[in-house]
Amino acid sequence: MKTILEVEHISKKYSLSGINKAYQTLSGSMADFFRTGKTEKRDFHALSDVSFSVKEGDTLGIIGRNGAGKTTLLKIISRITSPTSGRITGKGKVTSLLEVGTGFHLELTGRENIYMNGSILGLKKKEIDKKFEEIVEFSGVEEFIDNPLKFYSSGMQLRLAFSIGAHLEPEILAIDEVLAVGDSLFQQKCIEKMTSIVKSGRTILFVSHNFQALKMICNKAIVLEGGRKVFDGSATDAIDYYNNEQRLQGQTINLLELPRGKYAGELIFSKLNFHSVSFQNGEDISFSLFLKTVNNTVNKTNLILGANVVDRFGNNIYHVSNILTNQPFTHSADSDEYRFIIKNNLRPGQYRLTICLTINDVVQDFFTELIDFTIEEGNPYGFSKTAFIQGMVFPEFTIRKI
Amino acid sequence: MSAKENTFVIDAESRTPLNLAEIWEFRELLYFFAWRDIKVKYKQTFLGVTWAFIQPFLMMVVLNIFFGKMLHFPSDNLPYAVFAFTGLIIWNIFSSGVVNSGNSMITNAVIIKKNYFPRIILPLSAVIVSLFDFLVSFILFSGVLIYFRVLPDILRFFTFFPLAILIALVTTVGTGVIIGAMSIRFRDFRIVMPFVIQLLLFITPVIYPISAISNKTLYYVLSLNPMAGAISLARAALTHNPVDWTIIFISASMAVFIFIIGMLIFKKNETLISDLA
Repeated sequence: MKTILEVEHISKKYSLSGINKAYQTLSGSMADFFRTGKTEKRDFHALSDVSFSVKEGDTLGIIGRNGAGKTTLLKIISRITSPTSGRITGKGKVTSLLEVGTGFHLELTGRENIYMNGSILGLKKKEIDKKFEEIVEFSGVEEFIDNPLKFYSSGMQLRLAFSIGAHLEPEILAIDEVLAVGDSLFQQKCIEKMTSIVKSGRTILFVSHNFQALKMICNKAIVLEGGRKVFDGSATDAIDYYNNEQRLQGQTINLLELPRGKYAGELIFSKLNFHSVSFQNGEDISFSLFLKTVNNTVNKTNLILGANVVDRFGNNIYHVSNILTNQPFTHSADSDEYRFIIKNNLRPGQYRLTICLTINDVVQDFFTELIDFTIEEGNPYGFSKTAFIQGMVFPEFTIRKI
Repeated sequence: MSAKENTFVIDAESRTPLNLAEIWEFRELLYFFAWRDIKVKYKQTFLGVTWAFIQPFLMMVVLNIFFGKMLHFPSDNLPYAVFAFTGLIIWNIFSSGVVNSGNSMITNAVIIKKNYFPRIILPLSAVIVSLFDFLVSFILFSGVLIYFRVLPDILRFFTFFPLAILIALVTTVGTGVIIGAMSIRFRDFRIVMPFVIQLLLFITPVIYPISAISNKTLYYVLSLNPMAGAISLARAALTHNPVDWTIIFISASMAVFIFIIGMLIFKKNETLISDLA
């Protein structure tokens, strides 16, 4: 079969002095100018020497942790950003769906937003005209199509947004994680739609943490780690490889280096130790926190440590804290370890951790959505299609006929 | 879908500054961005599009009272109200066009980061919005001309006036693109721009005629401002006064110069946009 996309030795380097500040100010860069020689410019390699090729009709999954370079890779292929070096050659039109609903405007009606968003995604007006009915029907918001978007619920907005994305028909489609939207029935509908796109012979690049969807959609996959390609093969093998790697690697985050909000800060978090950032379904989520005394005079009794587990949409799924069990701690030395063990019945997916430390109701330190961790595919019931289960958590249950 | 054999190559250097073929390819998006901004701007306002001419109209009334009636400013043989209104509608293309296109990169940063299209489309569409406002206020302008019985020579009007608008547009795109590209790196531009434009209003012959400047050197220095030429030419379109083609030529050349500089600066910064925006 013909090669449709050839990626050769792609690297992308960001210079951190530019990124950290997000943007420069004139005074800042003038100050830098006078400090010449001393300005530190650390480089960050988002991608290093990544090569692979995609044949016509292949669907390639791209797997990796957050920050592994998956999105950067898609952005380069779809020309949103330029590579620092390397070369990509391809045939046909590339369309990227890195986010659904980009360019949605709340003042415009659903109809107007379909045209606006479709056009941003590279559709011609004629193509949108042709698919309009289908898009509206798929989204299920027919009744409201001529109302301004601000009157839509967030679920309706998402469904409309995805419906537009699902009706793109370029030769090469690059999709980033967008299947993670909506309730699971709609997700299922989307996966089916995607599978039919695949069957129509289009080439798809697909970034996702939803391994079940990935297995259904992709025949091949690459695994990225720290900007390098570490595995290239069939989708199933790539997922196995990734899961094994994940289990082996714990992760320690040095919290002293991170920017933090303005809190009392007399006693602060110093380290977060995750034994693994990927948990099996039902496996206890465990991690440890270490603290650092900044102000020695602080009263170190009555410590309250709290942690929230937050899903991708910012919903607090779990809130655990020693205040709930009425067991305040006394901090004796900075080597003290505070270990959390949380029983889990979360549905598979990506979650984030928020941590908080208070002493006598004064917030000492606080990090929101600090680390991403994964609950792997599967469910406690032995049901074959996890994606069909709609709940946010999978509780133990019994249903008996009496 | 036809098997298009359009191959593409992406590498570190594969962008051109003003790729007309590509802009043509994305012309519908250009239209949609402009359409969105016009729609959103006037949606939910009580007076809707009438705002586009209420603003210059009220400004004209005020200027006419103070500078026309009370201070008796010279006005190139035109009623002062017509004189000021001509200046204002041309000036507004520039002032609103530059502010909007200067901001366009930052206000659309979310879209830039997630989608590919020639970035130049954003400042261009912002200028189209200003041009739309101009066309709306032009309707009122025709009414004002009839009211004051200013009946220009048709041929002269339809050659001079479009030329004036062209100079204004080229200047606006050039300046807007510079501000747009620079404000990505330095957000200072966003803050300082409205203020600078206000200052520029005073060195542009909007409320006074450039012919009122008797110092010859200053006269030519002021015509380095392309908007000075554009406005003078627009006024000349309404009268039978002789035109000083030297200053029109100086202004037009400056407009082209600013445009080229703008495109070069934009090209240099285009690749940074999605990383920094």
